[in-house]
Amino acid sequence: MVDVRDTALATRHEGLSARMGPFAGWRMPLHYGSILDEASHVRASAGLFDLCHMGRLRLSGPDCIAVTDRLVTCAVDTLKLGRIRYGLLTREDGTTIDDVLVYREPESIFLCVNAGNLARDVAWIEAHLAGTETRLHDLSTSHAMLALQGPRSVDIVRALCSGDPGAIKYYGFGSMTVADVADTMISRTGYTGEDGFELVFPMDRVAEVFDRLMEHGTSLGLRPIGLAARDTLRLEAGMPLYGHELDDATTPVEAGLMFAVSKRFDFIGGPAIQAIHERGPDRQLIGFVAEGPRVPRQGTPILAGDEVVGEVRSGTRSPTLGASIGTGYVETAKVSTALPLALELRSARVPVEPVKLPFYHRENGT
Amino acid sequence: MIPNDRRFLASHEWAKSEGDLITIGITDFAVQHLTDLVYIDLPSVGDELQKGERFGEIESVKAVSDLNAPISGEVVEVNDAIADSLETVAEDPYEAGWFVKIRPSDASEHESLLDDAAYGKVTEEEAH
Repeated sequence: MVDVRDTALATRHEGLSARMGPFAGWRMPLHYGSILDEASHVRASAGLFDLCHMGRLRLSGPDCIAVTDRLVTCAVDTLKLGRIRYGLLTREDGTTIDDVLVYREPESIFLCVNAGNLARDVAWIEAHLAGTETRLHDLSTSHAMLALQGPRSVDIVRALCSGDPGAIKYYGFGSMTVADVADTMISRTGYTGEDGFELVFPMDRVAEVFDRLMEHGTSLGLRPIGLAARDTLRLEAGMPLYGHELDDATTPVEAGLMFAVSKRFDFIGGPAIQAIHERGPDRQLIGFVAEGPRVPRQGTPILAGDEVVGEVRSGTRSPTLGASIGTGYVETAKVSTALPLALELRSARVPVEPVKLPFYHRENGT
Repeated sequence: MIPNDRRFLASHEWAKSEGDLITIGITDFAVQHLTDLVYIDLPSVGDELQKGERFGEIESVKAVSDLNAPISGEVVEVNDAIADSLETVAEDPYEAGWFVKIRPSDASEHESLLDDAAYGKVTEEEAH
């Protein structure tokens, strides 16, 4: 039986009628009543997410830039102060350990990593620090993370900030007092495809900050949002989730993530990824819209005609499209098939239409 | 509030005696847990249900759940309307959101189901 921990906000979530459930070793709010309503609400207005379960790491030392640069697929040496890049931690063979956000700080690098991969990310990074002057600090329990996402995010947080959050560019971050917490790291990032911010600050302030944001933001449309809606939103936005589109047997190439790979290929796994990229991967991630009300689930077979050519990795009911959507890996040779694609879903054949990711892109989005 | 005019399975189905028939549905607890219903698969009139076995499924955005037969018997009526109006199940799971009516093959099976107090304990335990 795996121990499941509460985040510092567990009683808050329960007080807001959250349905709690285990996720990556944490007891998290899965939803507060309706996944579809919550997802729609973020797109229309704003939502507040508890991200305390995620991993927060800092690499410090005179060579931390070069050290990080070797560990992640994105270039870190060219990442400017106050900027963030999406990248992957990969093995020599190019397979992915995790996907991460890399923040360039004045004397250090900050990494935001997946909750489920924190322990092995730490082990992997530590194992590669020998012979360097870089140290790894795990801030996952000392620091909290909240996300505020949706078109009303700037309006909601502006009054609580000592600086102008609207001036932070997409995938940039700054440091300012937010909700009376000095030196809060506020980034213009998110996992929803909407405008918004992610806040990192000391864990002992998290209940207070959550309360301030809800108190101030509710009349402006802010609602708490659970992990299930978060998954629906990120899938609509075409963003991968480790354990689904990404896993130990997957490289960034077939996952369609070459935008996150430095073309110098000078990181661990670079040469392997370059080779796969040049010859073409054996399978490719596709997006699809399914007919009917049923939801495609991970593992559901994908058929071209009568032949199994792949499997579903993620699926949900998309409130934004009003349809069932999903992603899956399909043999590259079969991706451009003229045969109709279908899912074998609970002993029924459900036709699907391949679509280019993302399913949803916000207007005026960068 | 768990109604005291019917009995329950620990898997959140209810069975209500109405004359010589038994009506079957799912509880408010189940509906709250599932949220966002998208699909239901019910048996047809004439199908035989076996106590404890799967007789259909209900799907929400989150997951697909089997529907388990609280009693054995023949399906004599199916609530066809709810397939196109799943919000009825969400809004009124104990009355308008009923699924099927069964002619029971063994009257004693109903008595061996959980009463409202026993089912209440099940839901309290599951809430943690």
